Amino acid sequence: MADAAIAGATRRRPGFASRLVRRDWRGAVAPLLLLAFVEIVMDTGSYQIAVAAYRVVLDGSLLTGTIETLGAALGGLAIGGMIGVVLGVLFGMSRAVDRLMMVTVESIRPIPSAAIIPVVLLAFGFGYRMEIFLILPGTIFPILIFTRSAVAGTEPCLLDVSRLMGLGYIGRVLKIVVPAALPRIFVGFRLSAALALVIAVTTEVVVNPQGLGSAIMVSEQKLDPASMYAVVIWLGIIGWGLNAALVWMQRRLFGPAGARGAEQ
Amino acid sequence: MRPLRLLWWLASVAVAAGFVGLWQVAADSKWLSPVFFAGPGQAWDRLVAGLVHGTLGIELADTVGRMIYGWAAASLLGIALGSLIGISPRARAYLAPMIEFVRPVPASALVPVAIGFLGLSDEMVLAVVVFGGLWPMLLATIHGFETIEPRLTDVSRALGFSRLQVILKIALPSALPDIFAALRLSVTVSLVLTIIGEMLASRDGLGQWILFAGRTFRPGDLFAGIILLGGVGFVSASLIAWLEQRLLNWRRPP
Repeated sequence: MADAAIAGATRRRPGFASRLVRRDWRGAVAPLLLLAFVEIVMDTGSYQIAVAAYRVVLDGSLLTGTIETLGAALGGLAIGGMIGVVLGVLFGMSRAVDRLMMVTVESIRPIPSAAIIPVVLLAFGFGYRMEIFLILPGTIFPILIFTRSAVAGTEPCLLDVSRLMGLGYIGRVLKIVVPAALPRIFVGFRLSAALALVIAVTTEVVVNPQGLGSAIMVSEQKLDPASMYAVVIWLGIIGWGLNAALVWMQRRLFGPAGARGAEQ
Repeated sequence: MRPLRLLWWLASVAVAAGFVGLWQVAADSKWLSPVFFAGPGQAWDRLVAGLVHGTLGIELADTVGRMIYGWAAASLLGIALGSLIGISPRARAYLAPMIEFVRPVPASALVPVAIGFLGLSDEMVLAVVVFGGLWPMLLATIHGFETIEPRLTDVSRALGFSRLQVILKIALPSALPDIFAALRLSVTVSLVLTIIGEMLASRDGLGQWILFAGRTFRPGDLFAGIILLGGVGFVSASLIAWLEQRLLNWRRPP
């Protein structure tokens, strides 16, 4: 029974390994060329990078950096996500609020997050607080926009039902509107998660002396390119893994509705 | 319908003005330390003073020039590479996995790498801007090619189009909506990366200017720079939206 279920599952969706093998060999040409370039042209070969990677894993600096970067990114994502959902529901539920706030939102939104780095640095100093604060606008806006449009597009029949059931504003939001909008909100959440990681790393590269971004910058300044490349590659893996995990969650949590949104 | 919309817009402006007023009150009452927080009045004074008497105009021109240059290069490269991958399954087989592999690396993480190769130079800033701005355009072009109406492909085959003709006459026009969305996205990315590049490489421009204003505790100048950068973001996005509306008029149902 269990075996049959597993066989069924594999038949439906081939595992990661088999997909990797089934991949075209031609895809390996460009990475191999890059590797050859690294070996021949650059002073730092793949062997040195591997040694440096081993070293940063062993002395724990990679782990510390990863925890610091992901901690800030996820912290910002959690706080910004909540603010974004609340504002999105407020704007989506009431057309009046949405129209009244339009000019304010549209004047704040284009301000690049990098521009407020000096202010936040002076306000909070180094550390998690400044990084999380910088992540906030980047995470609030995508979620706000997706939530607003999803809430505004709630099936009118559902709203009739909620009226029939005599639900209040809070009940209507929590029981009808947000659950119906959740697949779309998650699409915004995925965009925000990617942005949160990017802003966290950016902040660390530019000013904040913690996390993986700072590790890259410090290695560069210490003339230790091997560690720098090791951390850059690790960041790529984290970014890829984060996105893969969120896409998987979306499919898993929302089924067909999520799969539709996953294309965006 | 029209006057009503204008009325809503005016009300919305009034709300925004209310927030600016609140900002002024917050600055006047020193809720936040005046070391880093300037009110709108002070920021505006510094903005005008910097533009009229100071070098703010030159800094602005430097930043905008860098942004547009990097953005244009990234967009052209993205369209070219995207067309190549979109039209040729062979190119896709060779290049797509590599792209999947490089894409998740945040562009800002590559600033130190770029510094290693190019030093603290304008070319370094430009390289980072191009790298970051490339992705939206590349993905949008590939996506646009994937969603070409199949009948159009048949037509192009019937007319005996060459590959270049297919790209220029069928694929790119039908990918235009995706491309415009990407243009807007990548102009934002370009601006952020330009600012960061200027901060890290100490090139003249608004990024370095606001960082310096912060370090020397001149909040008026700092906020003037932020307002200016917000303005650059707003104007560039609006210009692209306006262009999109004009060029894609034919796509909208009447």
